[in-house]
Amino acid sequence: MIPELGHFALILALPVAAALGILSLAGGQTGRADWMALARPGAQALWWLTAFSFGCLTYAFYTNDFSVMYVAQHSNSKLPDLYRVSAVWGGHEGSLLLWLLMLTGWMMAVSIFSRQLPDVMVSRVLGVLGLIAVGFLLFMLITSNPFVRLSDIPADGRDLNPLLQDPGLVFHPPMLYMGYVGLAIPFAFSIAALLNGRLDAAWARWTRPWATAAWVCLTIGIALGSWWAYYELGWGGWWFWDPVENASFLPWLVGTALIHSLAVTEKRGLFRSWTIMLSLIAFSLSLLGTFLVRSGVLTSVHAFATDPKRGVFILLFLAVVVGGSLILFAMRSGKVRAGGSFSLVSRETFLLVNNVLLTTAAAAVLLGTLYPLIIDSLNLGKLSVGPPYFNAVFAPIMTPVLFFMVIGSYARWKNDTVAELTKRLRPVAIVSVLLGCTLPLLAGAWSALVAMGLTLSIWIVLASFVQMYRQFKDTANWKSTPISYWGMHVAHIGIAVCVIGITMVKGYETEKDVRMTIGDTVDVGGYTFRLTGIQQVPGPNYNADRGTVDLIKGDRVLRTLHPEKRTYFSSTMPMTEAAIDTSLTRDVYVSLGEKLEGDGKPAWAMRVYHKPFISWIWLGCFLMAIGGGMAALDKRYRKKVAAKLSLKDIKGVAA
Amino acid sequence: MTMKPRHKRTAMIVGGLAAIGIAAYFVLNAFQSNLVFFFTPSQVEAGEAPQNRTFRIGGLVKEGSVKRDNLTVSFIVTDTAKEVPVTYTGILPDLFKEGKGVVAQGQIKEDGKFTASEVLAKHDENYMPPEAQHAMDQAEIEKAGKTLK
Repeated sequence: MIPELGHFALILALPVAAALGILSLAGGQTGRADWMALARPGAQALWWLTAFSFGCLTYAFYTNDFSVMYVAQHSNSKLPDLYRVSAVWGGHEGSLLLWLLMLTGWMMAVSIFSRQLPDVMVSRVLGVLGLIAVGFLLFMLITSNPFVRLSDIPADGRDLNPLLQDPGLVFHPPMLYMGYVGLAIPFAFSIAALLNGRLDAAWARWTRPWATAAWVCLTIGIALGSWWAYYELGWGGWWFWDPVENASFLPWLVGTALIHSLAVTEKRGLFRSWTIMLSLIAFSLSLLGTFLVRSGVLTSVHAFATDPKRGVFILLFLAVVVGGSLILFAMRSGKVRAGGSFSLVSRETFLLVNNVLLTTAAAAVLLGTLYPLIIDSLNLGKLSVGPPYFNAVFAPIMTPVLFFMVIGSYARWKNDTVAELTKRLRPVAIVSVLLGCTLPLLAGAWSALVAMGLTLSIWIVLASFVQMYRQFKDTANWKSTPISYWGMHVAHIGIAVCVIGITMVKGYETEKDVRMTIGDTVDVGGYTFRLTGIQQVPGPNYNADRGTVDLIKGDRVLRTLHPEKRTYFSSTMPMTEAAIDTSLTRDVYVSLGEKLEGDGKPAWAMRVYHKPFISWIWLGCFLMAIGGGMAALDKRYRKKVAAKLSLKDIKGVAA
Repeated sequence: MTMKPRHKRTAMIVGGLAAIGIAAYFVLNAFQSNLVFFFTPSQVEAGEAPQNRTFRIGGLVKEGSVKRDNLTVSFIVTDTAKEVPVTYTGILPDLFKEGKGVVAQGQIKEDGKFTASEVLAKHDENYMPPEAQHAMDQAEIEKAGKTLK
């Protein structure tokens, strides 16, 4: 009964979304206030319906209702409660429902926090989002209904892939989806601006916090995914340039360009068409990403052939969204374009340069991701594009970005001179080159790549601190400095911290695959690892071989690590669970490989890593997210709301 | 100095083209050296695979062919028609099993053995790597063609 209610809510959501999309947009076009007034309640109703449907599916998972096909495929009665709930988004159908929940959640947020916006704007934005919801609802109802019942009810479910049975899965996909879907908001704002034929600083000010908020979620989502892959996959890698990762990274790169381009549009009224274009591309890429990851195209392009309905629908939907928005852009962008002048040496120029570089990087990553799929679908052979390609392309494009980042934040709007900039930045440049080139000597082997990575990171950190210090010292200025200013510096420092992590890991990590019997030791990165035993340990839905490894420095045992090799009951599939000792300056990482046939004594293959500064990668992402959050919360974005609140406060005091 | 809009546009276009040119250079350069092609065991047997260049093979791990010598593993990858011996040193992925699908990346050395630098087996017990499936489908088609003759 409950799954049918969930299904019914989804069916009901379709006409609601369609009505919202059509009436609000038509209301905006014709100026009918009664139709426009439907936008907010319509969006909220859509959220309630989706949330109810999502709740029904969660309930089916929680109660182990294996008569529902999707539950039977992705859960199991022995699955711990937490994973039973997160298994809701462990497969294709549930992910789509989560996607829709996030979309309607953002719509709900727009409907609530948009009191400072004109009604025409709100109804157009919600109308566009409503139409996107129609697309997803149709996709789910026609091809990917999560509530389909089985006539043959299995005694137990097939289980969730053991890899996904991890706290990482509880947070990573929702966060990532929130970011993906959040990019629909600037997209909808752009479409609304094109329909309006007006794009001014006010528009940019309305759009900025939403774009930044989506970017923050995307940043956290990607970082969580990378961290999860690092500790769960057991290979010690944190980024594989896997198509799935690229799918999330592409919208991030374009989103980063977008939030900076929006800044120029707000402050200077420039780059309007470019900003619109970026928001269209960012959302198109996040749609592409969703489908790439969830449609099975990545396992094989021929998955399209086995389930042509899904494939055709996806292509059609992408064509409508991308094509439609580009046509609208071509027709209307002339109206929103505006002249304004800035000199070749100015903040605008540096922001533009980095914008172009970020987009170029995204294009290069997109090429590497899609090329094998295209070649395969044309039957021209099978090939793959590996990490070496992405590293070779990505690093050179991003290096100047790190350099110009600082110059952009030092340069004045509109007009500046090279001489002035040099004067302001010379001390920072000298110190960072000196430190960047000498620090690798302390770490051991000097290498040009490490020196460059460190120089650029120090360049960014130092420049940010110098600027913040100046702002702070100037007390009159300090009090009136918007929080977004500090947010910018925190985020930039985050980038630098992340780059330090990447540089140090790439430059100094050590890895050893060894054969060990009990009592054996191995030395890696100045530490000694001793295998002292292997025990059989039962888990809730698996059995594990659990190693005991002493981590030794000098004569002292620092810690005992317990890497595991798990075998899950439901699938008999083995899973490596690495043991990691984390500190601020290094991680040591042990994972247990297969049991080896030895000469009588039991031996194990073990993988041991020493990874200096690896946690800085995620720490940096965390700082970026905090900085972005500070920027999104700037009070100038909700001025009218603040005014209303203060009125209320006064009343409250009077009462 | 404030630029005239016309000059500004020219500067932007020139800058944009330069960026695209540089990027295209990096991309093509990296592309050429980093495309990893895939060959089925039958193709390798027929000598179609390149010497001294990294490529991928895929198929099934032949039952009973896995032999371990400390950390070095040797096994046979088959597409049910032809076989290729493979050696690999290191820890195999969790899902590596006899009779299951596998994809290996590496080079053919002088001894005619495929020396893998990477062994890929994805994380799903029912999962067959698409390349491995492709290899067996090709062999199947080949066989069918022969019986017709």
